[in-house]
Amino acid sequence: METIFYLLKDYTFQTVALGSAILGLLSGVLGSFAVLRKQSLLGDGVSHAALPGVVMAFVMTGSKNTEVLLLGALISGLMATLFIISIVKHSRIKFDSALALVMSVFFGLGLVLLTYVQKIPNSNQAGLKRFIFGQASTLLQRDVYFMAICGVILLALTLLFWKEFKLYIFDSEYAKSLGFPAHKLNLLLSFMIVMVIIIGLQTVGVILMSAMLIAPSVAARQWTNKLWIMVVLSALFGAISGIFGTMASSLTAKLPTGPAIVVIISCIVIISVLFAPGRGIVQKIAHRNNLKQLLKSEGGDRNVPTI
Amino acid sequence: MSPQFEIQLIAVIVAVACSLPGVFLVLRKMSMMSDSITHTILLGIVLGFFLTHDLSSPFLIAGAALIGLATVWLTEILNRTKLLSEDASIGIVFPLLFSIAIILITKYAGSVHLDTDSVLLGELAFAPFNRMVVFGYDIGAKAIYSAMALLVVNLAFIITFFKELKVVTFDPVLSAVLGFTPALIHYGLMALVSLTTVGAFEAVGSVLVVAFMIGPPTTAYLLTDNLKRMLFLSALIGAVNGISGFYLAVLFDVSIAGSMAVMTGLIFLIVFVTAPNRGLLSSLRRRSRQKLEFSKKTLLFHLYNHEGSENEAQEAGIHTLGVHFHWDTAFTDKIVRYLLKEKYIMLDKDIIKLTEQGRSISNAEYNALFSD
Repeated sequence: METIFYLLKDYTFQTVALGSAILGLLSGVLGSFAVLRKQSLLGDGVSHAALPGVVMAFVMTGSKNTEVLLLGALISGLMATLFIISIVKHSRIKFDSALALVMSVFFGLGLVLLTYVQKIPNSNQAGLKRFIFGQASTLLQRDVYFMAICGVILLALTLLFWKEFKLYIFDSEYAKSLGFPAHKLNLLLSFMIVMVIIIGLQTVGVILMSAMLIAPSVAARQWTNKLWIMVVLSALFGAISGIFGTMASSLTAKLPTGPAIVVIISCIVIISVLFAPGRGIVQKIAHRNNLKQLLKSEGGDRNVPTI
Repeated sequence: MSPQFEIQLIAVIVAVACSLPGVFLVLRKMSMMSDSITHTILLGIVLGFFLTHDLSSPFLIAGAALIGLATVWLTEILNRTKLLSEDASIGIVFPLLFSIAIILITKYAGSVHLDTDSVLLGELAFAPFNRMVVFGYDIGAKAIYSAMALLVVNLAFIITFFKELKVVTFDPVLSAVLGFTPALIHYGLMALVSLTTVGAFEAVGSVLVVAFMIGPPTTAYLLTDNLKRMLFLSALIGAVNGISGFYLAVLFDVSIAGSMAVMTGLIFLIVFVTAPNRGLLSSLRRRSRQKLEFSKKTLLFHLYNHEGSENEAQEAGIHTLGVHFHWDTAFTDKIVRYLLKEKYIMLDKDIIKLTEQGRSISNAEYNALFSD
């Protein structure tokens, strides 16, 4: 108990935990939209596609400043998203194939650029890769401020376009017929999701970012059928797993933060899927057994075939 | 054999071997499963390493392939609860398994050289260093033989079960009715994907396996509607990507696997834009032609409807027409010009009138559309 108390007062812990909590909250909110649109793997794709942008930003400016690298990542993430959207729009290729293709090609391009940079004399490119693969313990206070500012902007946009997004994700055809610019809404929503992913790169890294986007919303989805409750719950789950993941990783020797967060949020998903009232598996099984008993008692000795 | 030739040979064999099961992944909308498996095999390798304490043990490969299958199985279980969609199930399972792998590595294998980079990224340039020696003779790089084995297994599976794969892919319900057990074929295919991923990541790194597996089939999908032709085309495109990627890498002295992925993207882009029938250009052209045809027909119907009515001057006036149709002036002019040229309409003091020819064509089209 005392260790936890000391930990809470620790400055580095506060920074990292706050950063992870903000990230969890943001990805919880925007992830809900991605999951409901069945585009939850966008996170995985965009986070891989950020690599060439990071390397290009470094080549062009020579700086390893977080904001510069993030801007590069953002641009290449957005480009990848645009590619995916237009491939799906203009051909019969499905979203998942387009995503897998664009993601792997961008990542390959990133590798090519990375090996190219390594040959430039005196270029100190070390750390670029770590940037992509993420390391929450290196979060600084100014990174957290940066995350907070982006977070406020994204949340404000979400509130502002709440009605439109809601209509668009549940019935895009209807939205179109009412005269809402569906394509633009799609782009805006994708851009916002990409923003969150790029912010998250630094904290949990490229591969685990997709979990941060999907898991909180999937867990929240089990508890409610209302969008706003789902979004709030999802933000809560995200933030909680961010804080507890950081705590677990600080208290245990050699436990990386990103994976710890992912394991905790995955546990929340499993608990939700099993025990959520109404939808959960446990309740479903109990309900089915009750029904079986009922049918049996009414139908005499006969064994009632399962339907 | 020179190392350059060996590298190209490995690249071509791996590319062809990857693209074959990839065709079915693309057609069955399971492309992201390959991405998922490429990540989770890390856990298999880590667990295999803990059991054997030997990085070159074949158990690592076996463990990786098994975890690949386990990934598919877990994803299916989650998916079958119907509580979350398929993509979300993928996105829950693989980050969890991957995280467990990372935690195990950092906690227990920190001192051993089990580099996540080497698993995830891979480097083809080093493949020729690992020689296959039989009875004291050097008979080429080991990777050539492992890739070859992979290709043979994939080919054998697809040729043997071609009919079954085809039915299961395009009509799973029919295949179940016919007694093909879609689940069996499904897991067979997934075992193949898992094995191919494990076999290929040594050469090209796991992220780029996705490019090899999904890139060529997606490109071929734009070119044909025939499954056999799609398999052939994918293999061909994969081979072209491999060889051209190698030369790109040599030219700029950069990562070989990376440039192969870049070539995959470039060739896809070229096909995407120029493919006959399904390409961007031809589809845009078709759409604009259809729009034109539709507008011409609409105008003819409109004129036919209002012919001789009291507000004909309003409805068919050259200046008021655009307002009625929500067309801009340029578009209205274009349609009118086309129809004038085809002699379907004529202008009578700013009022558009149907010619005899236009009336009969409009009538004929109306009958074609609305009579049985």
